[in-house]
Amino acid sequence: MSQTAMIPDSQGQRGARPWGFGGGIIAVFRGLALPGLMLSALGLLLVPLVSVFLTALGAGVLIVGDGPSGDHRFLLGLALLAGGLAIGRVFVPAALLALRRLASVIRRLAGEWSGVPIAVPYQPPPGPGQQKLPFRSRLLWLASDPATWRDLLWVAVSVCVGWVIAALPAILAGIGLVGFIYPAARPGMGIPPPAFPGNSRGTLLAIGIAFVLLGVVSAQWLLRAYFWLARSMLAPTGQAELALRVSHLAQTRSETLDSGATEIRRIERDLHDGAQARLVAMGMTLSAAEELLDSSPAAARALLIEARESSAKALAELRALIRGIHPPVLADRGLADAVRALALDSGLNVDVVAGLPGRPQAPVESAAYFAVSEMLANVSKHAHARRTWIDMRHERGMLRVDVTDDGQGGADPSRGSGLHGIERRLAAFDGILALNSPPGGPTVVTMEIPCALSSPKTSSC
Amino acid sequence: MRVVIAEDLFLLRDGLTRLLEAHGLEVCAAVDNGKDLLAALTAGRPDGPNVPDVAVVDVRLPPTFTDEGLRAALAARREVPGLPVLVLSQYVEQLYARELLACGEGGIGYLLKDRVFDSAQFVDAVRRVAAGGTAMDPEVIARLLARSSGDSAISGLSPRECEVLALMAEGRSNAAIAQRLYVSERAVAKHTASIFLKLGLQPSDDDNRRVLAVLAYLGR
Repeated sequence: MSQTAMIPDSQGQRGARPWGFGGGIIAVFRGLALPGLMLSALGLLLVPLVSVFLTALGAGVLIVGDGPSGDHRFLLGLALLAGGLAIGRVFVPAALLALRRLASVIRRLAGEWSGVPIAVPYQPPPGPGQQKLPFRSRLLWLASDPATWRDLLWVAVSVCVGWVIAALPAILAGIGLVGFIYPAARPGMGIPPPAFPGNSRGTLLAIGIAFVLLGVVSAQWLLRAYFWLARSMLAPTGQAELALRVSHLAQTRSETLDSGATEIRRIERDLHDGAQARLVAMGMTLSAAEELLDSSPAAARALLIEARESSAKALAELRALIRGIHPPVLADRGLADAVRALALDSGLNVDVVAGLPGRPQAPVESAAYFAVSEMLANVSKHAHARRTWIDMRHERGMLRVDVTDDGQGGADPSRGSGLHGIERRLAAFDGILALNSPPGGPTVVTMEIPCALSSPKTSSC
Repeated sequence: MRVVIAEDLFLLRDGLTRLLEAHGLEVCAAVDNGKDLLAALTAGRPDGPNVPDVAVVDVRLPPTFTDEGLRAALAARREVPGLPVLVLSQYVEQLYARELLACGEGGIGYLLKDRVFDSAQFVDAVRRVAAGGTAMDPEVIARLLARSSGDSAISGLSPRECEVLALMAEGRSNAAIAQRLYVSERAVAKHTASIFLKLGLQPSDDDNRRVLAVLAYLGR
């Protein structure tokens, strides 16, 4: 959750709607929906407050309680204390987590409705894995994260001021409709027209329309203002951003080191069991042939042929191994041609378009290459695609690769380990991977890696 | 027959020279980088007395240790169209095979270095390329065929016809295919005619043109 938060959302501005009357009306209703969310946030805020209040009350009764009637007070204090603690034990962490989810809905809506993207500020839970934390460390984790307190602050501010900003357009429009336009249109009905000098039907109507217009026109601005206000509390502080960055870097570094070590182990094992063993066998065959050379030239000849075949097999194994470490065509020609070579070898019908004026650094090139390789393997395994398109370009300091296929879609990133592996590998470069695969297709996988290109190629191929 | 060898590792260059000389070919130059290769191939053209008949080139050469040899070979063929070049490499790429075949002319070879082990076959390939034929590595052909496995015309071939097609795409003549498959030349000719019919290609008596047609079909 928090790892992705650090990555700048390239599509954050896409959600901003064009300003206009229709957009204004939509914004009025959206503004009306926000107080509902805030109200549920208030409910969640009450849970810890009630817990703290009851606990404090119980403690107070116990301390103050004395005298003969102290028995009842003692019992009452004990009951209050136990109730407060029990609520805290059972409901507080859950309420705080639910509040996080609610706040994240607001964060998402801010980006989608008003183009004010808000990053998620939470610290990842301590300890490895996804298992549920024990109560104490869970509470500690939540309480020590400033983002929790800022969430609570946001609820308080929202309940006092925020809802007014968000709902003001709807209130204005409502006043215009109910207070002026409706009475002006149906003067005979029970609602008396507002009493102020010179209120003819025309002026009522005009004032009503002015109110509605004011509401509609101001709606988008006020919605935006509300999200700016929310952003000041819901977005990570500079310090939180740094903390998230550090934990992201630490995690990707350890993953990179791990996968590097695993890879080296695999290469070592492959060499040991493959080429090395074959060379040993070859040496033995050759020495046997040497012994037989004088006594039985025909047998020696057969052994020599065997040794030759063994060396060819060792070479083939080394070739396959090298291809998996760093494909020669990538070293020779760079990413664009290496991907073309991949496309040719994949057996799929692939169109490759590459607009790369230079070459990225070798590690980035290699990561991108293996990512495309994995994606093409996925296409040929699962997609049943007739055509595949690969588009590679470098823009705004990013290497961007799109792999699109017209297959059946419905790819689930959580199922395959391949996509997850690519994601981890790209994360080491602060790269991201996005998968869009509606059922029925088409599937689009996009990856972006921040990188610079080396000077343009001078040689022509 | 005069051969130019371009190979940066001394042991291999020396070995190749001796192997070719043992089979009665004359090695007129043995160079170790792309620039010297280009010079050796284009010197004395168009009709000097000692122009080489064929070049045997390693893909990776100094100074860049990338595809220097391949680029030098392609450049030489641009200057001297149809100049026979046999490219050797530790690995084969369809991409490079395509580039070599792109001009649509023969006199091209692209083999794994392992093929040198079988000296008779290797020298045969060198002679074939020098005579304007082709010599494609079985691994390239296998991948080309795997790529075309979805093609209905290819999947309509019988297993025997597939074998003949693969050997033909490698650049072998009917006689060589017959010898390889232990059948008569007439039987091979019958298979080839059937293959050309099924793939919708114009039959041709010229071996080289036939091979290029098959490669073009597989590479589309």
